[in-house]
Amino acid sequence: MVPTTHYLILGAILFTIGSLGVIVRRNVITMFMCIELMLNAVNLTFLAFARVFDQVDGQIFVFFVMTVAAAEAAVGLALIVSLSRKTHSVDIDQADTLKW
Amino acid sequence: MEHIVFYTCATASIAAALVVVFQRRTIYSALALIVCFGAMAVLFFQLGAHFIAAIQVIVYAGAIMVLFVFVVMLIDPESEFFAVNRLTRLSLIAVPMALLLGFFLLWTARQFYEPPGEAALAVTGDVGTIARSLFREYVLPFEVTSVLILVAILGAMVLAKRAD
Amino acid sequence: MLEYFSILLLFPLAGAAICGILGPRLSARSVSWLACGSVFLSFAVAAVAFYELLQLDPAARIARNTLFTWIESGSFTSRASFLLDPLSGVMILIVTGVGFLIHVYSVEYMRGESGFYRYFAYLNLFIFMMSVLVLADNYLLMFVGWEGVGLCSFLLIGYYFATRTAGDAAKKAFIVNRIGDFGFLLAVFLIFQTFGSIDYLEVFAATADRFPVPVEGFGVLGAITLLIFVGAAGKSAQIPLYVWLPDAMAGPTPVSALIHAATMVTAGVYIIARSAALYSRSPETLAIVAGVGILTALLAALIALGQRDIKKVLAYSTVSQLGYMFVGVGVGAWAAGIFHLYTHAFFKALLFLGSGSVILAMHHEQDMFKMGGLKRHLPITWATMGIATLAIAGIPPFSGFFSKDEILWKSLSSDHGSIFFYAVGVTVAGLTAFYMARLMYLTFYGPARFSESGAGAGHSEHGGGHGKPHEPSRLVTIPLLILAVFSFAAGLIGLPPWLGNNSFEQFLQPAFYHAYVGDDHGAHNYALEIALVALVVLLSAFAIWLAHRFYVRFPDTPNRIAERHPLAYALIENKFFVDEIYDTLIVRPIERVSRGFLWKGIDVGVIDALVNGTASSFRNWSHRVKKMQGGFTRAYAAWILLGAILIFIYYFLTV
Repeated sequence: MVPTTHYLILGAILFTIGSLGVIVRRNVITMFMCIELMLNAVNLTFLAFARVFDQVDGQIFVFFVMTVAAAEAAVGLALIVSLSRKTHSVDIDQADTLKW
Repeated sequence: MEHIVFYTCATASIAAALVVVFQRRTIYSALALIVCFGAMAVLFFQLGAHFIAAIQVIVYAGAIMVLFVFVVMLIDPESEFFAVNRLTRLSLIAVPMALLLGFFLLWTARQFYEPPGEAALAVTGDVGTIARSLFREYVLPFEVTSVLILVAILGAMVLAKRAD
Repeated sequence: MLEYFSILLLFPLAGAAICGILGPRLSARSVSWLACGSVFLSFAVAAVAFYELLQLDPAARIARNTLFTWIESGSFTSRASFLLDPLSGVMILIVTGVGFLIHVYSVEYMRGESGFYRYFAYLNLFIFMMSVLVLADNYLLMFVGWEGVGLCSFLLIGYYFATRTAGDAAKKAFIVNRIGDFGFLLAVFLIFQTFGSIDYLEVFAATADRFPVPVEGFGVLGAITLLIFVGAAGKSAQIPLYVWLPDAMAGPTPVSALIHAATMVTAGVYIIARSAALYSRSPETLAIVAGVGILTALLAALIALGQRDIKKVLAYSTVSQLGYMFVGVGVGAWAAGIFHLYTHAFFKALLFLGSGSVILAMHHEQDMFKMGGLKRHLPITWATMGIATLAIAGIPPFSGFFSKDEILWKSLSSDHGSIFFYAVGVTVAGLTAFYMARLMYLTFYGPARFSESGAGAGHSEHGGGHGKPHEPSRLVTIPLLILAVFSFAAGLIGLPPWLGNNSFEQFLQPAFYHAYVGDDHGAHNYALEIALVALVVLLSAFAIWLAHRFYVRFPDTPNRIAERHPLAYALIENKFFVDEIYDTLIVRPIERVSRGFLWKGIDVGVIDALVNGTASSFRNWSHRVKKMQGGFTRAYAAWILLGAILIFIYYFLTV
């Protein structure tokens, strides 16, 4: 059996990569994809713990995470579409009017 | 045997993740993400969460990523690397910060104490078990989530409408 | 009436309130009747109460009306309580009686003025405040009246507030008064601290207990009495706080008559006489009081010699006569000082009112050198003013003779007296006779130095040149006549021992019950007294004759004297430059400090800076902080990441 720690480490690595991507990339869609990546890493962690403690609650949680991620993806992409229609680009740095 | 599967899928997912982050063309990032999700599904399966693994492929890779691809097609973004990056400093800081975060996460992961016992490849996440749990203890979040999805649908429709 | 005598306070207060609030809607007639009526009612009540007081046994002539307890704090109590005894009885009759006559006079004098109702409101308020002052039975309530009359003086001097001189004079009066008030208030504090009470009778009894014989040196009693005198000097225009009185002539003439001759300025003398118990045991302060009084009398008389404005002469004359009163109380002759206060009220008020009549007739011309020969135009005014002049000059049998003689004799013969006081007092008597005669001769005698046909003499606001000067209406002349009768006869109740009974002094005696009385020095030397009196009378007569020569027979004499003694003349004519000295030494430095340091330094620099600085520092900080929200989403993401890292660091460090 693969030790749980391995899964945790994998999740950590994926999470780090995802967070890096969120900050570094300027393409809104790519940023969003990195966010999905982070969510997945978290799912992996949840499932690892669900297995090691022999509880199903972790998996239920993952279930909900996925559901919410789906909903969020829908709305987020709709936003992106609407935003890009306005600014005619997907560069997030172009959308900076919500400020002082 | 399990180890081989694990390491293969782990490597695949990490590689795919790196592609997602560093690839110029958005569509290639999307495809790489799909690969990543596939690898993750295998890992989920290995962890005994069969149902979740299936859902991962169907919903995540099959629906959400398809949505992403649609949007990429719709918008047809040009590469942002051609535009001027206004916050180069930020990129400079971000990498160390992310690495620091990674370090902390890894260190936390190392803290985990594995309870002894050679557990078999138990199938803890079959449909029946999940269904029982879902519709008994977690029926309220379940219902609320359906409302959430409704809201998301409406939101997406309203937001994406052409302003005319 | 003795149980309710304090009701006399209500009438002028109500009159002031009604005239003040409803005044604009009332006709001038209503206002006049209301104001005069209220003072008349007060006088009537005072008279009846006084009569009833007389019916009592002399040792028991005290009536007290306590209305309510004003302040009660720990051991400090001050009640709104009023005392009617011989001293306050005399004072209240003077205040309401002369006050009533002046109200009547004012109806004619202020006819046609805008703000008619305002004048009478203030005048009524003054009567109220003065009544509180004289009737109060404790120092704090008396101080309320003291301040109140100061306020009314300010309001009335500044009646013509639109003119610069009136406004400045009013401010000057109030500010100089305030300096005195500061001293007085310290005295009240000390009294409470020393005696545990501020009620007159309690304090005086305690003084008699604590200090059976006069104190050597300058102790707490000396401090108290000196501080009270500081207040008295401010209110009664003695050196160095007299400078406001001449300027106060900027107010209407009846105001000068009432406030600055008959009543308010006498408050200082009153309070010293009232506090006889304290003063009689403090010889050093008495010496200071008498000394300041006599010097003031001299200085003011000298200045009066050179004044051209008729009202200014009378103003300085008032200062001088007040000096006499202070000499009286300063040598321990309490009754003598009050006696002179009483006679002075009549003849000085008469002089002022008469001068007002002259001023009205001359269309507000006040320079005596532009008058002359008014005897035939204003006979009643001339006659009454003549009587008052004889009174002030101390010619028998007019009232001023008796009171002045009493003071002069006591200044020589009293334990606290000295020949210095007497000698200067006699000199001042001579000077007084001279400058008052000068006033009469310049105004009423000799050739008319103005256009007798009345073609616009002087500055006139009521239509220039409406005929020759003429006697004003009965509302003016009747008060003049009444006051003339009193100026003549009022002295007859205070006859010196070699002529008869001094009923006045005897009557007042119980009021000074607690005063310390030294050993009686045996029988008076009547012969000496009569001789000295005759001397003074002759001196005054001589002075009057001299003035006649200077101003009627040989009118050029003053100019010739001026040429021969230019320095003396310049000093006198410029009032010894006192105002200028005060301005340079005191007023300007204070102004500079106020402007430069207090205003710019503290008010703007510290207080405003504190408030504005707080506001602007907030603004600066928020200006800096708001730049955090730059609209860059990636920056927000970075901040979130940072937050997560910080949590991890904390976790990392504590595990």
